[in-house]
Amino acid sequence: MISLLQRKEKALRQWESLIHNKIPVIYVGSATCGKAAGVMKLIDVIRDTLKLNELKAKIIEVGCIGPCYMEPLMDIKKPGYPRICYAGVTPEKARMIIEGFLIEDDPLLHLAVGHFATNGQNESLGIPHFFDLPMMKSQTRLVLRNCGFIDPENIDHYLANDGYQGLLKAFDVGHDEVIKQVKEAGLRGRGGAGFPTYKKWEICRNTSGKEKFMICNVSEGDPGAFMNRALIEGDPHCVLEGLLIAAYAIGADHGYIYINTDYVLAIQRLKIAVKQMQEYGLLGKNIQNSGFDFEVIIKEGAGAFVCGEETAQIACIEGKRGMPRSRPPFPAISGLFGKPTIINNVETLGTLPNILREGAEWYKHFGVEGNYGTKTFSLVGSIRRGGLIEVQLGIKLKQIVYDIGGGPWKAFKAVQTGGPSGGCLSEEFLDIPVEYESMQNAGSIMGSGGMIVMDEDTCVVDLALYFLDFTQKESCGKCSPCRVGTWQMVNILERIVKGDSEPDDLAQLQILAETCAKASLCGLGQTAPNPVLTTLRYFRSEYLAHVKEKYCKSAVCKELVYYEIIPDKCNGCKLCIDVCPTDAISGIKSEPHTIDLFRCIKCKACYEVCRYNPLAGNAIEFKSSKKMAVA
Amino acid sequence: MIPLLIRIQEKEGYISPESVHRISRFLRISENQIYGVATFYPKFRFTAPGKMSIKVCMGTACHVRGGQFLSETVGWKLGISIGQTTQDKRFDFSRATCLGCCTLGPVVQINEDIHSRVLVTQLKEILERHD
Repeated sequence: MISLLQRKEKALRQWESLIHNKIPVIYVGSATCGKAAGVMKLIDVIRDTLKLNELKAKIIEVGCIGPCYMEPLMDIKKPGYPRICYAGVTPEKARMIIEGFLIEDDPLLHLAVGHFATNGQNESLGIPHFFDLPMMKSQTRLVLRNCGFIDPENIDHYLANDGYQGLLKAFDVGHDEVIKQVKEAGLRGRGGAGFPTYKKWEICRNTSGKEKFMICNVSEGDPGAFMNRALIEGDPHCVLEGLLIAAYAIGADHGYIYINTDYVLAIQRLKIAVKQMQEYGLLGKNIQNSGFDFEVIIKEGAGAFVCGEETAQIACIEGKRGMPRSRPPFPAISGLFGKPTIINNVETLGTLPNILREGAEWYKHFGVEGNYGTKTFSLVGSIRRGGLIEVQLGIKLKQIVYDIGGGPWKAFKAVQTGGPSGGCLSEEFLDIPVEYESMQNAGSIMGSGGMIVMDEDTCVVDLALYFLDFTQKESCGKCSPCRVGTWQMVNILERIVKGDSEPDDLAQLQILAETCAKASLCGLGQTAPNPVLTTLRYFRSEYLAHVKEKYCKSAVCKELVYYEIIPDKCNGCKLCIDVCPTDAISGIKSEPHTIDLFRCIKCKACYEVCRYNPLAGNAIEFKSSKKMAVA
Repeated sequence: MIPLLIRIQEKEGYISPESVHRISRFLRISENQIYGVATFYPKFRFTAPGKMSIKVCMGTACHVRGGQFLSETVGWKLGISIGQTTQDKRFDFSRATCLGCCTLGPVVQINEDIHSRVLVTQLKEILERHD
């Protein structure tokens, strides 16, 4: 059997030869976001261009490097140059860059966004370093350190970048020392609640029983969150190494990775990674002569939000309906098939290799007291620079939204964290630090990492309805506070957005929300009212406008608005006729147009084009339907 | 049972009463129990899909960027609502919870192709291109 150290040496030699190779290397970001942006077509074009010009180059499909708004991304590393990153690469652009750079030796720097020069390399290119870009500057990449740099389907790349060193360290120091180190590092569960990881482990470790299970939770049900998916797609081995370390610490010999079937690419890469681990002797009996046996099974779930909850997930793995049960007994004592079980989030596991390899003291350099380390977020919504980010805990919300994200497109309204279980925070909360406690005090939660920025075009009442509608559909129906409570809240909110609300609806909503939060069985019901409670607290005026004046200032609640063309302002440019998806606008050129209100689906397309297109006359306005009734 | 259901849906496109019957015979559990599990998960569908599956993403990021307008426009154009298939069995229309490319929202998935940053006005063209 070849030892891991020998494998590493070989991998390092390979890695060095890749970097200092005479053949150029083309890196293409091909995680799910890249694929959606059309990377597969791009790769075909790159291959064709290389073939046509008889050029030799190595193409590596890497994971997501972060700034998804720039997709598709293509990096080229050519001898004599640092690695140069090009953004928004269309097939035509790719052809131009490859022909220009590889044949004529002109890196076409006006198309590049940044370079990855390391010490001693030529930095006088006139473009910034990639990590000095505004979006990347305030970030600290620990968990995501390999994403975008290594080939996720090649274990040697991971080994060459200190892969599996944390595991070997863990084998050296022994079970209890691993738990101690994680305790010292102050690692808290990255799934959202922030429960200290070591505490669960200690309970499980001290529970007697021959068979124990370790589960990696990839049930990323939050709509608008993709951090865990991106981590697995970009660096699957780092999660698997973490899984092994955790299993070793608690003494589990079987592991499950619970993953949504929709994560096609992530599952594919995990399967490849597991196979490579078997080849390298990292799974099976007596792993690396440590006396530790471990097998891992990839379990595909069928996409229910509640399966992110520990006990529901266990039920799902057992093949039952994914319904939670009351605790205690906690899974750490009696979990999967009645055996002691630990469930950890992907990101928690992804952090472990770093902590073990570099030590707890090193990890405490990042973050603030009580909230050590980093957290990944998917920064999305109406934001200029959206994408996958990783920041140190304790950073201000404002820094994330404005420094990293570049601010919203229009006037800022709210930022939503924690998905359907979290809350909406208004502008005055932008100064709070991103820590488990401070987020909770503000009425939201840290959550697993979805962070959605909203501008003036979003109606918070509609948003509260959206989230509740989601939780209501996902509620498993076991306990009545959640099953009936969410349904009633949806009813009230629907009344409000339709303009049929009664005066005491807001008070009713408040009571229902508080009851649901207190009396529900599992985390889903307890946190489901958070979007309502926070919006009622911070955006009450908007609710009042809906209830009393029947007016939605964002023109999202359709029953409350109608559109009108002001004849004096309309210059008859016909732009609105072109954009209308339902042909509701009619008129001839240079004469005022009219809207057929029966055909109009109030999609706002005409309003936007009339307001922002310089050729149009800003003639379309939306008005409150109630006022129309009076008139 | 769940992996079995997933494979059947992959192969046949949906879970038909016949396949539930087959699973029941194979695993020796009642059809009731199978429906109990299968209907719990949003992944499984029980009606035959159309030739082209249109999925409009309803993730939060897509929602705040106008996803609901897209879904209404698709519904208007095809004359069906979410979860239905057109009479000529060409299109079926459903909503996805999150397709995982939130920065590119709002997104629409037609079969395996993902269209990003879709405007209401581009839908006409996209549907025609797939026709």
